[in-house]
Amino acid sequence: MKHKTTRKQVPLDHISLKGLMLAPSQVLGGVRLVPVLRNEVPADLRLTRRPFDEDIAAVLIDNKTAYYSYIPHAFVADWTFDGAPVVAYGTQIRAEKSHRTTDGKVHDLGFMTARVMQKMRAREDRNRLRFLPLDVSLEGFLSLHFGGPDVIWEEYSRAAIKDGLSPRSERTIPGHLIKGLEDALRVFEIHTNQVGSLLFVGDALASAFIVPHPDDYRALHTTLLTDDYGELLYYYGLYAEENRLHPHEIDAKRVQSLDDLRAEVARVRTDWSELHALMSHNLLGCPVRPEMVYDMGPFQLQRFMTELNPKAENHIGEVIIRNNGTLEYLKSYRLSAAQCRRAFLLMQLAESNWSLDTCAEQLKCTRNQLIFRLENAGFGYLLHQHVLEKARSELRT
Amino acid sequence: MGHRDSSPGNLSRQELRERCEREDLLMFINSGFAATRQNEFYTDLYRPSVSIEFLHRYVLINYRLLYARTLAAGINHFNQQQIIFNLLQAGAPADKVQRAEEGTLIAITLRRLPANRVYALFARLQQHRVNNRRTRAVIKTYLAWRREPEFDAIKYRNKYRAAAAHAHTRLEEELGRFLFDHTNQKAYQTPLLNQFRQAQYSEAAIYELPFTVAESLAQKHQVPRDVFLKKIEHKMTTAEKLRFQSTAARTKGAKLEFDLTRAGVTKLALYVLSLSRKEREQRVDELEAAFTGAAERQLRRVPLKLGRVATVLDSSHSTVGSRERRNRPLGVALAASYLLREAAEEYRAFWTPANEQEEHEFLTRPAGQTALAEPLLDALEWQPDLIVIVSDGYENDPPQLVDQVARVYRERIGKTETPEIVHMNPVFDADHFAPRRLGTTIPTVGLRDAEDIPTMLGFARFTVGTASLKELEEYLALRVNRMLKSDET
Repeated sequence: MKHKTTRKQVPLDHISLKGLMLAPSQVLGGVRLVPVLRNEVPADLRLTRRPFDEDIAAVLIDNKTAYYSYIPHAFVADWTFDGAPVVAYGTQIRAEKSHRTTDGKVHDLGFMTARVMQKMRAREDRNRLRFLPLDVSLEGFLSLHFGGPDVIWEEYSRAAIKDGLSPRSERTIPGHLIKGLEDALRVFEIHTNQVGSLLFVGDALASAFIVPHPDDYRALHTTLLTDDYGELLYYYGLYAEENRLHPHEIDAKRVQSLDDLRAEVARVRTDWSELHALMSHNLLGCPVRPEMVYDMGPFQLQRFMTELNPKAENHIGEVIIRNNGTLEYLKSYRLSAAQCRRAFLLMQLAESNWSLDTCAEQLKCTRNQLIFRLENAGFGYLLHQHVLEKARSELRT
Repeated sequence: MGHRDSSPGNLSRQELRERCEREDLLMFINSGFAATRQNEFYTDLYRPSVSIEFLHRYVLINYRLLYARTLAAGINHFNQQQIIFNLLQAGAPADKVQRAEEGTLIAITLRRLPANRVYALFARLQQHRVNNRRTRAVIKTYLAWRREPEFDAIKYRNKYRAAAAHAHTRLEEELGRFLFDHTNQKAYQTPLLNQFRQAQYSEAAIYELPFTVAESLAQKHQVPRDVFLKKIEHKMTTAEKLRFQSTAARTKGAKLEFDLTRAGVTKLALYVLSLSRKEREQRVDELEAAFTGAAERQLRRVPLKLGRVATVLDSSHSTVGSRERRNRPLGVALAASYLLREAAEEYRAFWTPANEQEEHEFLTRPAGQTALAEPLLDALEWQPDLIVIVSDGYENDPPQLVDQVARVYRERIGKTETPEIVHMNPVFDADHFAPRRLGTTIPTVGLRDAEDIPTMLGFARFTVGTASLKELEEYLALRVNRMLKSDET
């Protein structure tokens, strides 16, 4: 089968849960999990997990750039072009030799093990793609204006001009450090047709995870524990208390018969669903900036970022959407405040052509204040030393 | 403590006091049905053990008379053991009548407990150095009552020795030598003791010993497993045979003959749930017959006649229990279903998640969410006389809805003709010192085995809060009387 090499990107201006339903949440301690249910499962796209045991993984992005991270596992997506059901990769019986080889090269360095992979996303077959979950989005986040200043203003250091932002790094917290998450995942009762979860820590949306098929979700449920989270959520987890939600109770006045009672029960369910949608309004239904990542026939892998407003909750994430716009896969990461600030500053700088003066004007602060903000955000290395010192000495006088 | 119902309002001091006492006692008795010192699905074993020990101490000190009488309320073995230990540790009360009643209750309860529990209790008394006159007398009486002391001495050797030494019991000469003089190699006149001595050296002698003892000796003599199982079969107890059904099935060439209907209905349910789904499907007819047979046998023993009964049964993921109580909540629900089906004239079960394929109930497996509201609505629509909910009380789809449904139905639709709804909970919730409740409208009782359902149905009316303290005391006194009488016959 031939398919076009350049296809139009399926528009993704906001994340909508079309065809999906939110069920009442289950809470343990400060962790709340909201089940996401899917009524119609076409089963022509399946996800499986391929575990990696190494301490660190390096992925080549181009000749000069590599992405280093702890990667607990990759996802393998299988699909069919005609909508027929597909068998998940892990359950297929295959004897081909090439599939026995590991993904990339594994090095044992004695004190640690490392895996080196050639590609972030590898097409392993005509209808199979291996990608690294969450790293798709994080790569996009890290490579934001990675090239550095386009205009060579005199304030920027030589390294910044030559190498851009390299090395650009961000720190995340593994799920098992979030207090109560492990127990909450253990005692969580997975619904029969559940395909995903919204994870709240201290009633703040930490992550959304949706897969195409209920069986896939059951297998991948525990991967929420090995995922990365912003460090803010670690603190939320420490201080969060069990919180009960109280949507409107059954209204006894409206009940005359058993059917009324049934209707009221259904209404309470809808209330729960709306309540949870409201709690995650910073991700769902919020305008996002999409970026096409990979074309997989009837599906597309895209990544997105919400509008980086340093005063609000911000999420980055990745989706696989069907050509008709149905959400098949979603994984999001809540940026911590500092990460959000960094991205915001970079974008503001880029918008004002990397000119400190214009940018300061736009942010309604003085040039020196902007320099301090950049330095505090961890971008001091972009500026010449004398620029920083001058700003400091002016502050002293 | 626990769930105090709201609005103390304008009650007098006396009334408040009475209510406080009633609720404390109810909580205690109720948790006595379900609490164990074991891991649960939602809590590890440390929290329940702290919680239940505190509860025992609290009730012992404040309501000693009723604490002792709780032994007759039908609570589980673990709590009976705990009560006896605490009573013996606290020493005998000064009042003569109370002392005599307590003594009789302890003696009767000990005789009804499984021997392994009793010997474990004695060993624990020794470890905690509880050695008052009463304790020694209790141990002596029990040991004297046992029919085959040699058998006990072999099967529970260390514990028997501990008990005998602790109570300064005068043992029979040979038994004393067996327990305390290891180096002596002289032959015994008592056949069983001699058998044990011989079994140390000869493989042929091990088959007359209790199964658990013979098992380790078989290892020593390197007897192949299938040969051992075949030859020891006549010495195995019913419980052991049931427990070793699947082990025997894995051993090549071994097969334990066992009539499944002989097992109690809860034990049977737990055994069936331990089988793989494929095996259950292959033995559908046999298992269905076994369940019906077991339920019939149980009802012959303790008759129970009910009219139109509906059950709401929980088979959600949390009914998988813990490693120590594998499938226990689900097993109890399953057994309750078969028992009530036999006891009722008309019966319908509503499972959550729904049993859509209408398959045999024992094919259920623990999975999915706990949605109790819709099954309760279905049950109400069928208009039964009695609705029994068997669930661990962690309703999560959505939380706290089933109580509202029950309340609104009673207020607006059913009024006086609302069926009685009882929630039976096989799991103890450490945080609330009681089995977890579904809400204030539905009475919750703890449930150990499905066999206890008749008792629990009688007890349920107290937990709604309508019965007074006096009625509760009378109920306990009645049960004590019945227990004392049944022992004489």
